[in-house]
Amino acid sequence: MFANMTSGLDFQSKALVLRAERQRMIASNIANADTPGYVARDLNFKEAMNNAVGGGLTSALSAISPQSSSSDGTSNTRHIPLPSGSIGTLGNGSSLAYTAQSQPSLDGNSVDLDRERANFVDNSVRYEATLRFINSQSKTILSAIQGQ
Amino acid sequence: MSMFSIFNVSGSAISAQSQRLNVVASNLANADAVAGPDGQGYKGRQVVFETTPMGSDASSGVRVAAIKESNEPLRKVHNPSHPSADADGYVTQSNVNPVEEMVNMISASRSYQNNVEVMNTAKTLLLKTLQMGQ
Repeated sequence: MFANMTSGLDFQSKALVLRAERQRMIASNIANADTPGYVARDLNFKEAMNNAVGGGLTSALSAISPQSSSSDGTSNTRHIPLPSGSIGTLGNGSSLAYTAQSQPSLDGNSVDLDRERANFVDNSVRYEATLRFINSQSKTILSAIQGQ
Repeated sequence: MSMFSIFNVSGSAISAQSQRLNVVASNLANADAVAGPDGQGYKGRQVVFETTPMGSDASSGVRVAAIKESNEPLRKVHNPSHPSADADGYVTQSNVNPVEEMVNMISASRSYQNNVEVMNTAKTLLLKTLQMGQ
């Protein structure tokens, strides 16, 4: 019964972690807006969230970080390989991808600053929304526990 | 908490942009500098930005890889009455184009502001996360 009560909180906390990841990624893009040759990156939130809900948060986070050792998630022969599809690789069905370039520039930088700023504000609003969901759900649970 | 590295990333960008602003300031200050007796006038400088990894995760900051001198020819102005004029009456000045430097300055200051705003937003979000459940 307690699992039923906190499953909603669990979902929102996963969303919160992914929103923080995306915030970090957009911050990197804005920081490198003037760096020649920098390629902007973004997180496909829908896929990352699917991974987080389906395969647990750790596999979703390893899909974000580019250092995931091999395609089935193993770095040692004794590891149990993850089921295919739970870990994304760049290019085919990955959650970490490169943003499409809207206006090509001569120095090879693919950051569109206006779009990154819009994404940043959008992401922070959604982060706050997730926070409010968590807060109100925890308040609901607390008032149910106290029964007052 | 992974959002803490936003401060490192944006901080590196702020420091790089302020260095760019410094270079622009020295270029503008020397825009009308006259070459000395050796004929070597002030040459405009430009910063070269480079992406640098921040920590072990996917975030990347920026750093100034080098400061390079411009290769454009020094400007020669005809002014025979000037004490530094050569035999033909030309004075050698720096190769800085003030208009380009002003544009560079505006671009640097906008990028700086962008990164400050990113840090402010990250700080607000982290503070709100701290208050979670209250």
